Amino acid sequence: MTPQPIVDARAIHKHFGALHVLKGVDLKVAERELVFVIGPSGSGKSTLLRCLNRLEEPSSGSIVVDGIDMLDPRTDINHARQRIGMVFQSFNLYPHMTALGNVTLALRKVAGKSRAEADALGHAALERVGLADRAEHTPGQLSGGQQQRVAIARSIALEPRVMLFDEPTSALDPELVGSVLAVMRSLRESGMTMIVVSHEMGFARNAADRVVFMDDGLIVEQGPPAAIFETPAHERTRAFIGQIQRH
Amino acid sequence: MIQTFFNVEIIAAAWPIVLSGLLNTVLLSLIVVPLGLFGGLILALLASVKSPWVRWPLMAWVDFFRAFPPLVLLILLFAGLPFAGLELGGFACVAIAFFLNTGSYYGEIFRAGIESVPQGQVEAGRSTGLSRLQAMGYIVLPQAVRNVLPDLLSNTLEVVKLTSLGSVVAVPELLYQARQAQSLTYNPTPIVVAAVIYFLMLWPLVRLLSRLENRALAGRR
Ligand SMILES: Nc1ncnc2c1ncn2[C@@H]1O[C@H](COP(=O)(O)OP(=O)(O)OP(=O)(O)O)[C@@H](O)[C@H]1O
Ligand SMILES: [Mg+2]
Repeated sequence: MTPQPIVDARAIHKHFGALHVLKGVDLKVAERELVFVIGPSGSGKSTLLRCLNRLEEPSSGSIVVDGIDMLDPRTDINHARQRIGMVFQSFNLYPHMTALGNVTLALRKVAGKSRAEADALGHAALERVGLADRAEHTPGQLSGGQQQRVAIARSIALEPRVMLFDEPTSALDPELVGSVLAVMRSLRESGMTMIVVSHEMGFARNAADRVVFMDDGLIVEQGPPAAIFETPAHERTRAFIGQIQRH
Repeated sequence: MIQTFFNVEIIAAAWPIVLSGLLNTVLLSLIVVPLGLFGGLILALLASVKSPWVRWPLMAWVDFFRAFPPLVLLILLFAGLPFAGLELGGFACVAIAFFLNTGSYYGEIFRAGIESVPQGQVEAGRSTGLSRLQAMGYIVLPQAVRNVLPDLLSNTLEVVKLTSLGSVVAVPELLYQARQAQSLTYNPTPIVVAAVIYFLMLWPLVRLLSRLENRALAGRR
């Protein structure tokens, strides 16, 4: 018997006006699984992630995350979103708050913790991403890599059941990428379920359980990293992998 | 010359009248500015509602009161409302007219500020479970206000200056009282005193505004 998937998205369609961006995507993710999503620009990777926590409203389909029907109008979406962390390419830290302020805002205002409780949890989260000593710094005083780690701390402080990463290292200088990937690796080792859109093929090879290749709004093929990278079944996958490996 | 425009005896005689005018000007500003800020904030928040049922009336409202000269609006209220059975008095008319006029200006400033905050900020907040309103209050507005602080201050300066329009409908603010004193003393000195007071009151704000503007420019570099 296969365990109940923690993310179960079925037949997701998304239209932006006349543009059909997702054309019936099915994605199941098991608990503790790390799914790595690749595909050409515009293939719908970000849109898929954003549908999963309903930052984007799917045109049709069904999405169940951790037993919660995300598309049911009766679902308290703000409550559900606490269980789904999201990390953005551009960090999106709140520039007018300290690192600790960024991490504790939702703890206080959504999870209802007192300031003291939230601060303790916030410090612990910053510690996990190696930034215990940067709690009082504002985003402007931090490097890109540090900012992205604060953003990760902001998500994990809420103890999500799933984490979504949308190109978390694409905006970083090459020498800062490693520190963010290291945090992601340690998260994975702690058993976090993760869906990662990224071009970091090295990370995919040694950290992903499964690689999903998307093109033109559809999942073309998926499988273990070695299979997808070494022996892709589809011509489009082969062409895409060849293209990024030439870089 | 000094005897005519800056007559010390006349200053002494007119001072109580002018002072009461100053107090009324301050009082009027303290009512009109917060009222306008509050109204502007509501307008700006409504502007982020996408529904055309909110959008179009809102735009019409803001456009109308920005295009309408505040003096005309004031006189219209003062002269017109009694015919509608509403006897409000000058002070209330000034408050209402300025609320309508300046609220629309503040509204446009707040709206520009809100739009200057990247959408990703709201998305980050909402992805952690903040409601739309919480994201607005904790994430967007603080950044929006900081981004348009010079414009807010500059509009506030205009509002304080505009309170002198109250003299037209016999609100005993600074200009009105100075003119009363002038006609009592047959001497322009009280007007000069009022002018000096206006300047001394607003000059620190002007300096502050310059500093804010310079800082904004430096920040952009
Ligand atoms: N809010 C929107 N309104 C209209 N079109 C959109 C919107 N968001 C995305 N799109 C379009 O949907 C398509 C898929 O976009 P998406 O961002 O999901 O692609 P992606 O696979 O993440 O690409 P990239 O690798 O460049 O990030 C693109 O053609 C994009 O222009
Ligand atoms: Mg994308």
